[in-house]
Amino acid sequence: MLKYFDAIRTLLSVAIALVIAFIIIAFISDDPIGTIGIFITGPLASSAQIGNVVEIAIPLMFTGLSVVLLFRAGLFNLGAEGLFYISGLVAAVIAIYWSMNAMIHPAVAILAGSAVGALLSAIPGIMKAKWNADVLVTSLMFNSILAGIGLYFLNYHLRDAAAFANVSYKFQETARLETIIPGTRIHTGLILVLLCILATHYFMYHTRWGYELRMTGSNRSFAEFSGIKTGRVIVTVHLIAGFLAGMGGSVEMLGMYARFQWTDLPGYGLDGALIALLAKNNPLSVIGAALFLAYIRVGADQMAILSDVPAELISIIQAIIILLISAEQFLKMWKNRQLLKEAEKLG
Amino acid sequence: MQPQLLEMRKITKVYPNGVAANRNVDFALQEGEIHAVAGENGAGKSTLMKILFGMEEPSEGEILLRGERVRFQTPQDAIGKGIGMVHQHFMLVPSFTVAENMVLGMEPKKGLGIHVEEAVRMTQELSDKYQLAVDPTAKVESLSVGMKQKVEILKALIRGAKILILDEPTAVLTPQETEELFKQLLTLKREGHTIVFISHKLKEVKAICDRITIMRSGTTAGVFDMADITEQEISRLMVGRDVVLKYNKEEIFYGPPVLRVSGLTYVNALGKKALNDISLTVRAGEIVGIAGVEGNGQAELVKALTGGLEGKRQGSAAVNGSEIGNADMRAIRELGVSYVPEDRMSQGAAKEESISDNIISTRYRNGEWNRGLFLRGKKIVKLAEKLIEDFKVRCSGPAQPIGMLSGGNMQKVIVARECSTDPILLIAEQPTRGVDVGAAQLVHQKLLEMRSRNCAILLISADLNEIMELSDTLHVMYGGELVAKFDKPSKVTEEELGLYMLGLKNQHSTEERGGATDAEIL
Repeated sequence: MLKYFDAIRTLLSVAIALVIAFIIIAFISDDPIGTIGIFITGPLASSAQIGNVVEIAIPLMFTGLSVVLLFRAGLFNLGAEGLFYISGLVAAVIAIYWSMNAMIHPAVAILAGSAVGALLSAIPGIMKAKWNADVLVTSLMFNSILAGIGLYFLNYHLRDAAAFANVSYKFQETARLETIIPGTRIHTGLILVLLCILATHYFMYHTRWGYELRMTGSNRSFAEFSGIKTGRVIVTVHLIAGFLAGMGGSVEMLGMYARFQWTDLPGYGLDGALIALLAKNNPLSVIGAALFLAYIRVGADQMAILSDVPAELISIIQAIIILLISAEQFLKMWKNRQLLKEAEKLG
Repeated sequence: MQPQLLEMRKITKVYPNGVAANRNVDFALQEGEIHAVAGENGAGKSTLMKILFGMEEPSEGEILLRGERVRFQTPQDAIGKGIGMVHQHFMLVPSFTVAENMVLGMEPKKGLGIHVEEAVRMTQELSDKYQLAVDPTAKVESLSVGMKQKVEILKALIRGAKILILDEPTAVLTPQETEELFKQLLTLKREGHTIVFISHKLKEVKAICDRITIMRSGTTAGVFDMADITEQEISRLMVGRDVVLKYNKEEIFYGPPVLRVSGLTYVNALGKKALNDISLTVRAGEIVGIAGVEGNGQAELVKALTGGLEGKRQGSAAVNGSEIGNADMRAIRELGVSYVPEDRMSQGAAKEESISDNIISTRYRNGEWNRGLFLRGKKIVKLAEKLIEDFKVRCSGPAQPIGMLSGGNMQKVIVARECSTDPILLIAEQPTRGVDVGAAQLVHQKLLEMRSRNCAILLISADLNEIMELSDTLHVMYGGELVAKFDKPSKVTEEELGLYMLGLKNQHSTEERGGATDAEIL
């Protein structure tokens, strides 16, 4: 039982959040049963809706994976947000100005975006390793800085004067990611992110670097005592996490858009933190967590369109989940009783 | 039968890490007695007392005071009901005077300020009444351990404690200080106080206690009048077998020196000479022990040898001729040094990670355990399984998180890791602190095995029995200096060691520093 404690607690948190959401719906909706029905079954209503869930899940998986690595290394870094944004911009620049054939154009754009993400991510990493600067603070500051820089480039260099909105020139067709499932907008980014997740899982549990990462995250002074150079580990983790967040931004940009049009941080980085929390910092669980989050978002959107309950309800659900999962005392009594039994078994 | 002053019924306490520290424990106190709670380290004595003092809430069970049910959620609740506790690690503000510490939280007021003279007077009055001589105006940081303990006792008394819990009060005291403490406890008893005396030192328990509750692995193993039970019987009940801390050491011809420290001097951030001209040698196959009251430079010495010391030092420390200097832990380990740290929770283990992950932390870089970037998973599990068996670690398997194990088993894993990399020098710092006798014996045996395999061992311990029994050569450390060296440690008496540990004797200065007072010594 104890082995599954975290999983049970996560599922229960989700269930409680959903029940509370349903209660709220029951109060504000004229047709509660119908509204809840739309919320639950809406995302499955058509292949376009199912496609929607998967499309939304792709960037969430990227940022979730990026944050999992950081959290697992004990680094409370929320910088995936800004990296995702600026890397999308880098990919967009290459998609607009460079000409290549359709085979390598997206690859080059994505790699460039990822590389920029990795390099920028290394800055808070180095600051942490060298001067023990709090990554929560530095990464949040970086988000603001990167958002400002991105907006500057969009406004003064990339903006298409012929368009009616604040958007960039159009990407060249060769740069766009291909759709892999007809009838949806699901693009090749899905394959890429699944590969990344598998690779990260293998990296974390079967390689020396992954081992160093876990030990450093679990107990830094123990890692030091064992001879692990934790400063180097911290910088490496930042590089990899930045690379993944950057890849997410680039893939999202080339898979879903024809122009760069983010005039603000898109929010995927912070969602990544929620996913890491739901996934209990386990790379493989990121898939389920991202799909779940995407599912309830599509459900909420459907609900907003087809019923009298606004989509903002989703924020309440998310907030409750975060509260319950991060509240250590939640279900602790139950855990203690299980521990008692276990202890008696061992004598 | 006298009425019970206090009764704890069916107390069970399980910690979040899964350790069931108390299981269905019953405990009762009669008014005016000195009641011993004896048991090995980790038997659950401290936990039981923490529950009584409101520091921990029991998972199950109830507490009755004078027949009335009480519930202590914080120590304040317990203090309010006349229960006081003197902790193993003192809870005093070092930069405050004795009187200020005494009245902390209940200060006599003069206008908006504290009425200092009144605090001093109150302290003095209490000190006279109980013959616990302290200087109310002395700063706590300048006091000896024994004096600090007196302040702790007075602190409990000034808050109206009728029941006084002393958690291993003699652990930090020299034999001389212990005797003084006993006299004071008897005075308190005459004044009508009830005292709970936690200890695992049977001689002491036998000397001053009226009754005894014996604990073993979280349960009560019996309650006896002291007159009805012998030390041997207590010992048997405590561990379930007769403990013989005697080891047969093979005769060994020492090899060449492995660790050579000469003239090592270190001035700490406070400008104090934490290490003063330390010179010692540890040869292959030799166990060199360092005894001493804690805080006399042992920690700094270990840090100097394991890369943890910041700042400049003079003199040298070399392993097999290679100077350690400011090298970091990795470089030091690469010289063939292993290290069992004092604090297993913060340095020795990553709690949430598996036993096998904890076992390979010092060797995964080695080509034997990886193929380039990839770890050899199966081989690692095999190693973990073998060490679990060799060291009799009680666990569900190599994948179990190490934090789920009891202290003793966790320590076994750590010692297993450090011993199994074929070190040429093993530094063991308090290797059996807070573990049960069974685990301690196993650790001792493994240290002796390492000795037979020609490993040089530096053993730093505050456990006199352990260090006298295991060491081939014993140094005593006091005030940052090595003040004594014995070639036959098992022939030295504890009393004599105590004199050196207190700084009353020094082999290097011909003149003994007799007549010094406590305050001057420490």
